[in-house]
Formats: sequence, structure tokens, C-alpha cells
Amino acid sequence: MNRRMLLATIAAPALVRAQGTGPIKIGLMAPLTGVVASGGREIVEGFQMYFETIGNRVAGRAIEVTVEDDASNPDTALQKARRLVEQGQVHFLFGNLLANTGLAVANYVRGTGTPYFIPVIAADDLTQRARIPNVIRVAGYSASQFSRPLADWAYKQGYRRAALISQDYTFGHEQCGGFAQKFREMGGQVVQQYWHPLNTSDFSPYMGQLASAGADVVFAMETGSDATRLIQAYSQFGLKGRIPLLGSMNASDQSVIRTMGAEAEGIVSAAHFAEGSPNPATQAFVADYERRFQKLPSLYGFSHFSGAMWVVEALKTIGAAAEDRDRLLAAVRATTLTNSPLGAPVSLDRFGNPIYDAFIRRVGRRPDGKLWNAPIATYEKVDQFWGFDPETYMRQPPYSRAFQGPR
Amino acid sequence: MKALLGLAALGCAPFLLPSYQLGIASEILIFAVLAMSVDLLAGYAGRTPLCHGAIFGTSTYVVILTAAAGTPVWAACLLGVAAAGGLSVLFGIIAVRTSGVYFLLLTLALGLIVWGICLRWTGMTGGENGIRGDLRTGWLADPRRLYWLILGVGTVLTFLMWRLVRSPFGLTLRGIKDSPSRMAALGHDVPLHLLAAFVASGLFAGAAGALYALFNDFVSPTTVALPQSVEALLMAILGGVGTILGGLVGAFVLIALEQFVSAYTERWMSVLGVTAIAIMIFAPQGLLGLLRRKRP
Repeated sequence: MNRRMLLATIAAPALVRAQGTGPIKIGLMAPLTGVVASGGREIVEGFQMYFETIGNRVAGRAIEVTVEDDASNPDTALQKARRLVEQGQVHFLFGNLLANTGLAVANYVRGTGTPYFIPVIAADDLTQRARIPNVIRVAGYSASQFSRPLADWAYKQGYRRAALISQDYTFGHEQCGGFAQKFREMGGQVVQQYWHPLNTSDFSPYMGQLASAGADVVFAMETGSDATRLIQAYSQFGLKGRIPLLGSMNASDQSVIRTMGAEAEGIVSAAHFAEGSPNPATQAFVADYERRFQKLPSLYGFSHFSGAMWVVEALKTIGAAAEDRDRLLAAVRATTLTNSPLGAPVSLDRFGNPIYDAFIRRVGRRPDGKLWNAPIATYEKVDQFWGFDPETYMRQPPYSRAFQGPR
Repeated sequence: MKALLGLAALGCAPFLLPSYQLGIASEILIFAVLAMSVDLLAGYAGRTPLCHGAIFGTSTYVVILTAAAGTPVWAACLLGVAAAGGLSVLFGIIAVRTSGVYFLLLTLALGLIVWGICLRWTGMTGGENGIRGDLRTGWLADPRRLYWLILGVGTVLTFLMWRLVRSPFGLTLRGIKDSPSRMAALGHDVPLHLLAAFVASGLFAGAAGALYALFNDFVSPTTVALPQSVEALLMAILGGVGTILGGLVGAFVLIALEQFVSAYTERWMSVLGVTAIAIMIFAPQGLLGLLRRKRP
């Protein structure tokens, strides 16, 4: 089959010339070592899974993916990006997980003009105040995008006094900023805000403070092993069941809850993807992913599967002319993704960030007992500025420890 | 003569190497200067520092921040080196009265303070996200010119360090390394000499940091973090402590190996670790030390 397609390609020289020659070269960077290595592996899994499903070809051209380890380190990420672009001559770059690695690579491609797609890098400003034309967040989200609908939902459940606990870095500042600004604007009150260092090994001091903060709801913004430890501590210190726990989407992501038990049940979060969604397209994806990797897909796997799909759909519309950067970028911007695992059409706003129907999700059990996030409410058409005018919004400073929305 | 030939060969590299490899060569030269600055302290004054990554990175931060604020790039670089010098004076005053493992731990702690500040002072440093520079524009956008600039500055710095360790000052440092009490008895002001060596070494590290700002055009807390200091020390040790030029050899071996191995395996860090251990066992004086011993 493959050989026959190759022959067919050779036999059609006119077509080959029109499309450029040789395979489409894609550089994928993921943290395969370092603090977020497990998420990095799922990035590679999801990405390669998509290309396998389309036989590694698009519009008659073969696809060649080169995977590089960014070691969870921005300097290494930069070096690998240089290698992929200057030595590997890739047509476009994909990937990275930590915001700092993505920001470093984004600064580099600003100079080279290489298209760079970031399904996981959530740093708000990459599609807001400091956007770069050739950096597009296909199938990704900006950090504060979904904590706003979560705040809206929480307020409408009757909660008025929220305590926020978060890892002390930009991704946390932005997610909490989105939540706090929306919640306050509606009339709620943020009674406490705790910032703890990354890799906090003992959450007991925070649990004592959370218990006595007088909050009627807690929002936790955690990734990786901090999420696991916080959720465990929340249950061990008896807060679970007493004060409802809301999480950022990464706090109750599959990468966290798949090794957990009852302590994770009931956490409510907001996201564009819910592996427990009854949508047939989602369930087909989940079943396929589970068959290949013996686990439910995390956001990392889902994002890179869908991100790859997005760019391939765009390539189809321009005859796979990956060399033509401007046409490729324009095609990606114009593409509305209809066949993704979300089962609903997704398109980009004019800043290069997708607009989604957001799910409010609760961690529950699948019939076979595995934990997953199942939707309990939907907010339609949530963009990165949800409820704000983009120009006005971008005049306020980026979220930080010091700025969590105007007081 | 040999040095001139070597320099001529390095100067021709841009005509032979594609841009990516040229970038690696630039990086090797920058880290060579950093490793040599570590060697200045470790090899000649007998004080092994673990804060040079922080001094190096402070300069990188200052260059990118001041250039972003509108300072001309050359002035930003000088400010970066000056900041590194200032920081070294501060660190030196605290650290030079200790030696051995205490010096190591004290400098490690001082370096961690810098890292903590860069991480937490989000308003100034951008925290974990770091700051993106805008330096690789205009004249510096061409990787060849940048390489030649780095090579030129690096050569001057190397020559200065080479002269420094052969000067009376350098000989006094060696004396202090062998026996601080005897040098004190001979009337030398030991702490003052150590402080001067520390600051000189810090200035060289700062110069490397400024070059790194031009090369990388991005800085984040990983640039001032402990692994950076450890890597610089490792380069100095692999190349040979007390040789100055060993820094260049160490930087070349470590960075080239990292590039080569990481193209083939995900476990490149393990390979690097094993290689470092092997060099320590079979060439305890470092690679240059091995060469020197083999020669009759």
C-alpha cells in the first residue's frame, strides 16, 4: 500500500513540483526528562497516535516527525529548536510543555519566522499582549480562559467566599487571576490567596489555614505531583466533604487522578476536554487511546492529537505546501476543526487562540471504576477574554502575584 | 604559535560550519570563558566556587533588562559585567574567609539566593517565564558576526586570564592555595588577595554572561540555577583544573557530547554522567592534565 502510494507520487511529477519535494518535516519538542517528563511522554504519544491514524501522509506527501527532548529547561528547548530549524530544516515546530520553554522557543521563531504550534503552552500573553504572528495555539488554551467560567459556575451555585491556593509561578498567577477577577466582579469575595513553591512536599500548614479561612469554596491550581499531594492532604485533613474543592483543569487531569482513589472524587474543574463526555467522538478517541496505551488520555495527549489534526486539516486545504509559511499560517487560522475528539467545531479567535465550548467537569467513576472527568454543565463559546472586551482587557497588566484583577 | 594556529582555525569555522553547528561553537566558546573563570578560583586560589552560574546569569539578566529599557547593547553588556563585578564583591567579602567544603557550601547558598530572587521577583524578572530579549537584530542577527564577536572577546578574555595566573598576583594566589598561613606569615594579605581573585573571576564570568545574553536572547531562572554552576565547574574539572585552557576543552567535550548523544538517545543524561565518571577515574587531572602527563 505504502509502496504503491510512493510510486503514484513519483509518477506524478507535476503534482510533486506543485507541492514541494520530499516529506513534510515536523519538529516536536517535549520534556522527556526533568520535572514534567511524564506529561512530555503523553505529548509524544498523542502526537504520534494521530499521524499513525492517517498513515503518516497528507495529500500524498509523507510526514516525518523528529522528536527532541527539551529537558524541561528553556535553554535546552532553545538549543533543540535551533537544531530542528537550522540543521533539521523542519517546516514547522510543535510542542513544549512548560511555559518558560515555550516562551523561549517563541522568541527564537519570532526571528526565523518558523511556524510554531503550541497546544499546551498556556502563557496568556502569547496570544494577547505579546503575540507573535507565527505562533498559534492550535487545540490549546490560554491559562485564564477556563477559570472564568468556573468562577461563574461557582458563584451561581451560591458560593460567595472563595479561598485560592496555587503553585507560585506564572501559570498559577494567570489561572487564579482569571478566577479571582470574575468571581469578584460577580460579587463574590476572595477571602485568602495562598502561593506555595513548586514541589511543596508538605501541605499540612496550608490545610490548617484553609480550614480556618472562612471560605465556602476552595479553588486549587496545581499541576503534577503537587496536585496529587494537595488532593491527598485535603482529604486526610478532613476538608473534603466540608468545603467543596474546585480545581484547575490540570489539577484533576488524568495524569494526576489515574493513580488516585476516592480522595479525588468530586473535584470540579473547567476545561475544553472531558474524557468522560458522552459525545461519541470523544468516546471513540478515549477507547482508541486506551487500547494503544492502556490508560485514559490526559490533556497533554488530547491536545497534541488534536493540534496535529488541526494543522493536517489546514495542510489539506493548501495541497500540503508546508514550505509556504504564510499560506500555512493563514490556512491554520482559517481552519475550523470539526472532526476532533471534542465532537464539536472549534475555531481560532483573531489572536490565534481557540474558542471552545467549556465543560464544567466533576471527577467521578466510569462504570468499570476508573476515575474520570465527566461534564455536569456547558458554557458555550468561551474565548480567552470571555466576558471582557479584548482591547480593554489587554490594557490591564498581565496577571501576577501582585495583580489578580482590579480591586 | 600553536595558539595562533588554533585561533586561525577557529576563525575559519564560519566558512565551514552550517549555522546550527556555528551556534553550538559559539555556545562552547561562551561556556569555555565561564569554565575558565571558575578555574581561576578553583585551580589557582584553591577555592572551588558553586556560585558562578548565578554571577554569569545575573549579568545575562542585567544585559537583557537594561537593553529592553533602551540602553545601547554595548552599554548594556558593560552594565551586565559591572553587575557581575558588584555581586562578586559582595559574595567575595562573605566567602573568602572560608575554605574547602565551607567555601563550597557558602557559595552554593549565595548562588541559590540569586536564583530565588530571579524566581520570585516576578515584576522585574518575569519569574519562571523569564524575559525575552530583543538583541539579535541588526548587526547581531547574522550568526557569523556574532560568532566572530564571541571568538574575539573570548580570545582577549582568555589571554587576560592566562596572563593573570602567570603574574606575581597569580603566583601569590598559588602560594595561598598551597599554604595560606605561610603566605600570611610572609606578609601577604591573604583575604584581600582572595577577594581580588574572586572579583576578577566574577568579572570574567559576567563577561561570559553578557555574551550569553547576546547569543541566547532569552533568560530565565534556569540560567542562574545551581545546575549552571555545577556544569561550569564540571567543565573546568573535566578539562583540567589549574590549566585555564582546560575550560575550553571541558566546554567542548561536554557540549559536543551532549549534542551528539542526545541526537541518538533519550537517556543522554546518563551517558554524560557515566562519561564524567570515567574521565574522573582515568584522567583525575582532567583531559589536559592527561595530555601533559603523557608527554615526556
